[in-house]
Amino acid sequence: MADYDLPELKEYTEPPRLAEGAMGHLSTYPAAPAHQEALGFPGELVEGWHDKAIEKFDELLGQSRSLRVYLDACVRCGACTDKCHYFLGTGDPKNMPVARQDLMRKVYRRHFTLAGKWLPWLVGAADLTEEVLDDWYNYFHQCSQCRRCSVYCPYGIDTAEISMAAREIMDHIGKGQKYCNEIIAKVHDIGNNLGLKEPALANTLEGLEEDIEEETGVKVRLPLDEKGAEVMLVAPSADFFAEPHVDGLIGYAKVFHQAGVSWTISSYASEAANFAMFIGSYEQMHEVAQRIRKAALDLGVRRIVVGECGHAWRVAYSFWNTLAGPFDFLDPDYPVPQHVCEFTYEQIQKGALKLDKSANDHMTLTFHDSCNVARASRMGDRPGGQFEIPRAILKACCNNFVDMPADTIRDATFCCGGGGGLLTDELLELRVKGAQPRMQALKQVADEHGVTHMASICAICKSQFTKVVPDYGFDMDSIVSLHQLVSNAIVLDGQADAAAGPEEETEETAAAGQAGP
Amino acid sequence: MTYEYNGTVVETDEEGYITDISLWTRELAEFIAKDENIEMSNDHWEVVNFLRDYYEEYQIAPAVRVLIKAIKKSLGTDKGNSKYLYELFPYGPAKQACKIAGLPKPTGCI
Repeated sequence: MADYDLPELKEYTEPPRLAEGAMGHLSTYPAAPAHQEALGFPGELVEGWHDKAIEKFDELLGQSRSLRVYLDACVRCGACTDKCHYFLGTGDPKNMPVARQDLMRKVYRRHFTLAGKWLPWLVGAADLTEEVLDDWYNYFHQCSQCRRCSVYCPYGIDTAEISMAAREIMDHIGKGQKYCNEIIAKVHDIGNNLGLKEPALANTLEGLEEDIEEETGVKVRLPLDEKGAEVMLVAPSADFFAEPHVDGLIGYAKVFHQAGVSWTISSYASEAANFAMFIGSYEQMHEVAQRIRKAALDLGVRRIVVGECGHAWRVAYSFWNTLAGPFDFLDPDYPVPQHVCEFTYEQIQKGALKLDKSANDHMTLTFHDSCNVARASRMGDRPGGQFEIPRAILKACCNNFVDMPADTIRDATFCCGGGGGLLTDELLELRVKGAQPRMQALKQVADEHGVTHMASICAICKSQFTKVVPDYGFDMDSIVSLHQLVSNAIVLDGQADAAAGPEEETEETAAAGQAGP
Repeated sequence: MTYEYNGTVVETDEEGYITDISLWTRELAEFIAKDENIEMSNDHWEVVNFLRDYYEEYQIAPAVRVLIKAIKKSLGTDKGNSKYLYELFPYGPAKQACKIAGLPKPTGCI
């Protein structure tokens, strides 16, 4: 099917040979007028788009001092050039972060700097021509906003913010992307990215309850819209639909069950994802996040727990307070909001979970740090908790764990290749090529340490990897949810088929009995 | 894009999902399948029919897990697994089978 060459997996990361224009042909599908208008954007490219774009650009510069600093500060040192997975995988020089930024920077200089207004040829300033606009559309949709480049930039220039601003400008002149905008409209309409309505969601959850009971002999509930529950779980809707996401959802349910905490999913706010961040729209982000506030208030919950979704955790951790706060109605004794990993970790620490690590002995695991969790949020109360807590959970559930090379994990993690609103089929070539650095690291630990599976805590990462790993010789089932490992290891009270014989977790005794209401 | 078969023209989106799902027919399904390099067997039909029934009830395609469970019931354990479904629909049972079944493409992080 593929009519492009797969990038080679080498021993270590090395900059590719430059391939000018290699990805110039790849353009994501434009949003249809209906998708645009549902978000209040013009249906198609407006008349006088140039002036309107510059006007919007001016407005964004007024709102965001960081955007102006990022556009001013670059000294072209080149530190970012070989840090982007899309550049490493494609060799297209426009996928170097500095070049991607320059697409916007040259227009900034032309219109918003004195030198650029008078001597554009001297300072690399250029007009926003139709050709430049097309480059914006193509290459700002070849940035997954993962922010790896910004870690290496001595000025901390955040290409993600630049790409978000560019998409925001394009949306306002009627040049939006189908994938993101169609999905955001669906959230406004139905409550989740999938378009999963309440009856379908209820049916899915019931089916999962049956499956768990069949497997364990224990009735574990996945409650929907239950007023007065202690916790509202906000999970990415892929957790209700896709593999291996569903197995993670089963894991959350077992942890809540065993912790004795009452919980519920909301059919109104049945989505953790907030794609509005990808398109840089504060208004849209706000509207999407407000659904969660409303659901929490309507259900009367005391805590909000967020499922395994990378960018959702960035939005929740970093922006919910202003988007959907104040959360004065939630219990201040717990993190507001709380990541499901924090929840599980706390239970493990309390000794409330009985975990049989041998249930995961058929795997040797590694862990993929998701970009938005790694570089744009935190977990727990210590710096680096977002790296330590998922690994601590993994190690509590598995005997065999190996990290990938240090320059590919934690805050240096590589994007899966499908983040930032690029997880769409027409960009598959980019996604496959952009996964190359991660695949190289995975192959290294597979070859050297016998790693068989890679765990992730992001719906996009899981779907992206499941799709692209076969191209690199891995099985699609080698991608697992972190809470899937918890689900395998957890021994529920009264579980029929619990692993025979006393396990090493003898210190975890009656703690499991701490009952909820 | 359009599909043209037996003198009928059916509009689709950029990816070949028909835009008016009421225009779906079995002949059209065979035609789309051929376009996707799939020869429709009884097992393919079993999946497509289940997707259509589920969609009629819930206005969305079923989760892969739900599909697998249903196929396990109708075709047995050796066929009710994701490996077999991927053999039937190499581009993914959710997306490719939906296209043939005339249903909208599932969206989101999937």
